[in-house]
Amino acid sequence: MMGLHKKDLNLLLIVMVLALFAPFILNPFPTDSALAQFNAGYPDLMQRFVIFGIFAVGFNILFGLTGYLSFGHAAFLGIGSYSCVWMFKLLSYNVVPGILLSVVMAGIFSVAIGFISLRRSGIYFSILTLAFAQMSFAIAYSVLSNPAFNLTNGETGLQVYASDPQWLQSASAPNAPHLFGLPMRATETLTVGGWDFQFNVGYYMCAIIMILAFYLSIRIFRSPFGLMLRAVKSNQQRMIYTGLNTKPYTLAAFIISGMYAGLAGGLLSAMDPLAGAERMQWTASGEVVLMTILGGAGTLIGPVLGAGFIKYFENIFSKINDNILHQWFSALPDGLEDFLITIVHPFIGKGWHLTLGLMFMMVVIFLPGGLVEGGQRIGAMFKRKPKDTNGGLSAPATPAE
Amino acid sequence: MGILEVKNVNKRFGGLQALGDVNLDIQENTVHAIIGPNGAGKSTLLNCLIGKLEPDTGSVTFDGQPVLGLKPHQINQLGISRVFQTPEIFSDLSVLENVLIPCFAKRDGSFRMNAIGTVGNETDVMSTAEKMLDDVNMLDKKDVLSGALSRGDKRRLEMAMCLVQEPKLLLLDEPTAGMARADTNNTIELLKEIKASRDITMVIIEHDMHVVFSLAQRITVLAQGRPLVEDTPEKIKGHPKVKEAYLGETAA
Ligand SMILES: Nc1ncnc2c1ncn2[C@@H]1O[C@H](COP(=O)(O)OP(=O)(O)OP(=O)(O)O)[C@@H](O)[C@H]1O
Ligand SMILES: [Mg+2]
Repeated sequence: MMGLHKKDLNLLLIVMVLALFAPFILNPFPTDSALAQFNAGYPDLMQRFVIFGIFAVGFNILFGLTGYLSFGHAAFLGIGSYSCVWMFKLLSYNVVPGILLSVVMAGIFSVAIGFISLRRSGIYFSILTLAFAQMSFAIAYSVLSNPAFNLTNGETGLQVYASDPQWLQSASAPNAPHLFGLPMRATETLTVGGWDFQFNVGYYMCAIIMILAFYLSIRIFRSPFGLMLRAVKSNQQRMIYTGLNTKPYTLAAFIISGMYAGLAGGLLSAMDPLAGAERMQWTASGEVVLMTILGGAGTLIGPVLGAGFIKYFENIFSKINDNILHQWFSALPDGLEDFLITIVHPFIGKGWHLTLGLMFMMVVIFLPGGLVEGGQRIGAMFKRKPKDTNGGLSAPATPAE
Repeated sequence: MGILEVKNVNKRFGGLQALGDVNLDIQENTVHAIIGPNGAGKSTLLNCLIGKLEPDTGSVTFDGQPVLGLKPHQINQLGISRVFQTPEIFSDLSVLENVLIPCFAKRDGSFRMNAIGTVGNETDVMSTAEKMLDDVNMLDKKDVLSGALSRGDKRRLEMAMCLVQEPKLLLLDEPTAGMARADTNNTIELLKEIKASRDITMVIIEHDMHVVFSLAQRITVLAQGRPLVEDTPEKIKGHPKVKEAYLGETAA
């Protein structure tokens, strides 16, 4: 069905179910319970799950398949964000032109940046992409923000002002991002017992786009083009002496992943019409690398898991503060309570990156294949398959789910 | 005029003259062996033919067309495939995928953006690849990760990857090194069959004289980067210069 084999179709169905039922799945605790702070079923967090899922799925097409590690993909995320806000400023708050332009602009920039960066491979490629992204950041932050020519609005960030033309904005349309009149921030709340489930228009639009983006990535993985990208990663020498030109293959992968990043950036602006230069900074580029590796580079579902994992824990850990810790540990004797809080304090709130770093180290050391490998190991434990009869020869050769 | 003409090719590595005034004229549809002691420059010569190295001087003409200056993938697309001395395969991919890639390269050229099709549904390419694997007796291993193969199997796989492209000129750099005797004989048989079944020219570098004398119609002896003699296998066997430079060593 849909040109997919059974295993891939199952995977797509899993992602669809997870995405469409996320308001339930991510909201397991009643609103008034103490555990409610571990819920993740809020519109803005769910939006970030799927948007960064798109970013990581696209990044994986480059890094997971070809092995080229870009440290500059946040540049395309930022370009997408600015493009989308510009469409809001010039045309209207309808998100469609903005999202389309964000993909196109990111595509154009990735042709140029990819063409130059791909002249080198390995660490030199990574450094070139990093340099380009930092240049883009600097340009967006200051160069393109001056009274004479203000494309990015510098430090404040690009946003829509009442004085903007908005040529196509009709009086009846919502005065905030919308999809043909349906406001992105419209949220329906369903109360069942102690639970409040929130269904947000913006989230569902992003979720559907993410499912499509994921479907496209499955098709790419299984296509002859995808096979060539995996060949690039495996042995470029063999490729060129087999009559294949590796350059256009890697460039195409770079552009596709850049366009995914642009799409993600456009969606960020569609959810919240404010684009800042910090979206292009190297930390943002590093984050998508972490997501992909944490989830499982080169696997289909890994990047989605990685994005969800990082965004979830970012939200949880950065929300916890000392007051919450005091509540948790209040049953303990005072001395012990203070001691525990002192220990935990650096890892929460603004210190959340420390936790992320530790988690990343654990995964890379103990699960080099990422969360997907973890899942496979757990699956294997339950299956209790008879020992490998082929003496380990029949290692799986297709990218795992 | 032969299908491959090498004229006055010189190649230096620093102070080392790896190739000195090499002239070769390889006739279409023959098997031409190049033999010579270690370090004679045999692999270097092949490197100059496939665009891996640029000779310092000289010219290489394939099928009437100058080859020097072309990119390696362009040279391959002209119809030259090479089996390397140390196997060059896609070790992260399955055996079948390794053979599919050259099939796609032959059918679609050096680049084609086919991102929506599914590899498994490309029936023509699939059946060509599986037939090739069957010919080299590796069909039962088609789903094995190729990096996990034995050294002999890797060589056989690489040979299959080259043969499936149906090249006009096949360059084989010690194709049976590291193979068990039985596999060596299978390889000889396979190459004989291929040779009999279609138009193909082969240049084979080999230390195993059994392989050389089973296959070659002409032999060039290379020593210290220079062609010493070129003749038929019978003549080469008895040639005093050859005995001295090469066969003498192995016979001793
Ligand atoms: N890229 C290179 N850089 C420097 N020296 C090289 C290079 N390639 C080969 N050589 C040297 O050139 C000489 C010829 O090497 P080559 O590999 O062509 O020999 P060969 O005839 O293939 O030997 P063998 O039978 O051992 O494979 C050797 O002395 C080798 O060390
Ligand atoms: Mg050699």
